[in-house]
Amino acid sequence: MNPLAEKYFRKSALPTIFCPGCGDGTVLHAMLRVIEKTGLENYAFVSGIGCSGWIPVYINTDVIHALHGRAIPVATGLALSMPDKKIVVFTGDGDCCGIGGNHLIHAARRNIDMTVVMINNYIYGMTGGQVSPSPPAGSKTKTSPYGNPERPFDAAALVQAAGAAFVARETAVAPLRLEKSLSAAIRHQGFSFMEVITQCPTQAGRNIFGDGKPQTIYHALKKAAVSQKDVPLESGQFRVGILHADLASPPYRPPLASARPI
Amino acid sequence: MDNQAAQPLRACQVLQGNEACVEGALLAGCRFFAGYPITPASEVAEAMSQRMPEAGGIFLQMEDEIASINSIIGAAWGGKKAMTATSGPGYSLMQEGIGYAAATQTPCVIVNVMRGGPSTGQPTLASQQDVYQAKYGSHGDYEPIVLIPSSAQEAADMTIRAFNLAERYLVPVSLLLDEIVGHTRERVTLPTRPELINRTKPPAGIDYRPFEPIPALGGVCYRADFGEGRALLVDGQLHDHMGNRVGHKPAESAAHVRRICDKITQNAALISDYSLHFADDAEIMLLAYGSTARSALRAVLEGREAGMKMGLIRLKTLFPFPDALVKELGDRAKAVFVPEMNIGKIVNEVRRVVNSDVFSIPKLGGEMPTPAEILKSVREVRP
Repeated sequence: MNPLAEKYFRKSALPTIFCPGCGDGTVLHAMLRVIEKTGLENYAFVSGIGCSGWIPVYINTDVIHALHGRAIPVATGLALSMPDKKIVVFTGDGDCCGIGGNHLIHAARRNIDMTVVMINNYIYGMTGGQVSPSPPAGSKTKTSPYGNPERPFDAAALVQAAGAAFVARETAVAPLRLEKSLSAAIRHQGFSFMEVITQCPTQAGRNIFGDGKPQTIYHALKKAAVSQKDVPLESGQFRVGILHADLASPPYRPPLASARPI
Repeated sequence: MDNQAAQPLRACQVLQGNEACVEGALLAGCRFFAGYPITPASEVAEAMSQRMPEAGGIFLQMEDEIASINSIIGAAWGGKKAMTATSGPGYSLMQEGIGYAAATQTPCVIVNVMRGGPSTGQPTLASQQDVYQAKYGSHGDYEPIVLIPSSAQEAADMTIRAFNLAERYLVPVSLLLDEIVGHTRERVTLPTRPELINRTKPPAGIDYRPFEPIPALGGVCYRADFGEGRALLVDGQLHDHMGNRVGHKPAESAAHVRRICDKITQNAALISDYSLHFADDAEIMLLAYGSTARSALRAVLEGREAGMKMGLIRLKTLFPFPDALVKELGDRAKAVFVPEMNIGKIVNEVRRVVNSDVFSIPKLGGEMPTPAEILKSVREVRP
């Protein structure tokens, strides 16, 4: 077993539910590397429903595996109750932008200290490959057999518009970049958002990329990710890195009142 | 609270039920409130926004009721006593979260100031239409605790009890005010030092299994909070004593559901509460709850003056339902009448346990039944 896994895994929860070739393990590994540098005792985790929701379950600390779409409000209550802990939320594109979209924008606006890591695999993987709010228009899935007639969300732009002071995007195919941005997101005081585009060979591979081999999506993501800030994006490409960081933005503080007897 | 008489009392105040509920919550140790405005419950959030910072607690106005219930679940695991308040439509939105709290044994209090429904219904008028929603509102099998005050005084006292029950049994507890109880201003005397129950922490040195029922606690678990080094895993999927998923394992899944139901049903006698009025020799028994019970008590007094042997069972907890008590007193009477501000709901619970004739006195429209209306319905059957 990987020494970080040996040190930090909740072994009673193993084996993981992840398919071979899934990017979620890469995200979990990046989180463990950040934990190794910052101390597990400083964290509590919350996740939603979907494959991404299982990422923190395997970390041997306090974890709430919440309802579908509701990880962010659970994290809101937890963060305000435990201001000395860093609350990290793991969620998916369906969990976060579909059923939980309202909570996402309000959390960005409210600016309570937490880090939301949204795994974007372009699809509802756990339920068998239905269209989510994020695949490109025209994508064929189990519920868009004629091609997706809808346009995707750009979650990073969405939360920035809603007031998020720290926004980053990375992929699971560049794990060192991923770790670096994740570390910066967690260091940020206030609401920080990170989109991690991952390969889902089982569902997105078969349905959207037309090939169930992880390497196919891996190479496609490598090609589409643009890290240079001044290079214009071509069709199908996306920017990676820290997209927005406003370090002066004051995080949420509860209002003060003079004490009055209960 | 039963211990209230033995304690020094504060000067009385005039409060509406919604405000009394807030003061009760603060006395109970509630230090986290999240809610969303809705008539006729908004005064709870308004008073909380004023009082919670004064008490050093957190008030949050969330984006909706779904966020409200889920944030109090997070706060409860963060070690807080937490509450939300809403009315019928918001209570519907909260149901999935209430089921999550039941499955994960999360202590929290949900106040529903009932208005007329279904749907947008009657925002400003009273009903008791949500009594079955409180029992059956979330999917799957669980056993909720549901309290129902009849006055502003009871709104304060029962809010304290709601927190005590939530902490004792590690469950979501619903407190059903109706619009009349919520908005009526009347005299309230708050207890100075109410008896408080807190979640039972695991003793040092035991092999702690967070979701293992403890016989000495009546089948309830020891409860550590986050940040205590216990590496807690809280999961809405059916799970074993350590929190690990067993949803794919039939026997272990069944055991989880049994655990969360048994801890309530096996302690039902300790949880259920009621008051009896002229019940000993009653031939015509009324059973009522909430604001309706006040009208019912008046009907009993007027009936007694007219020579009718009437009595009243007033329920202070709807669920767990006091089967044995209602059966004993109901069977002793010639007939049981159940006035309620809905199409006839709790009357079904009475019919389930009582062999005597049982009659429903339903009242729809948003007003409570008057004593005269109740007496008229009784006389139509029992002249």
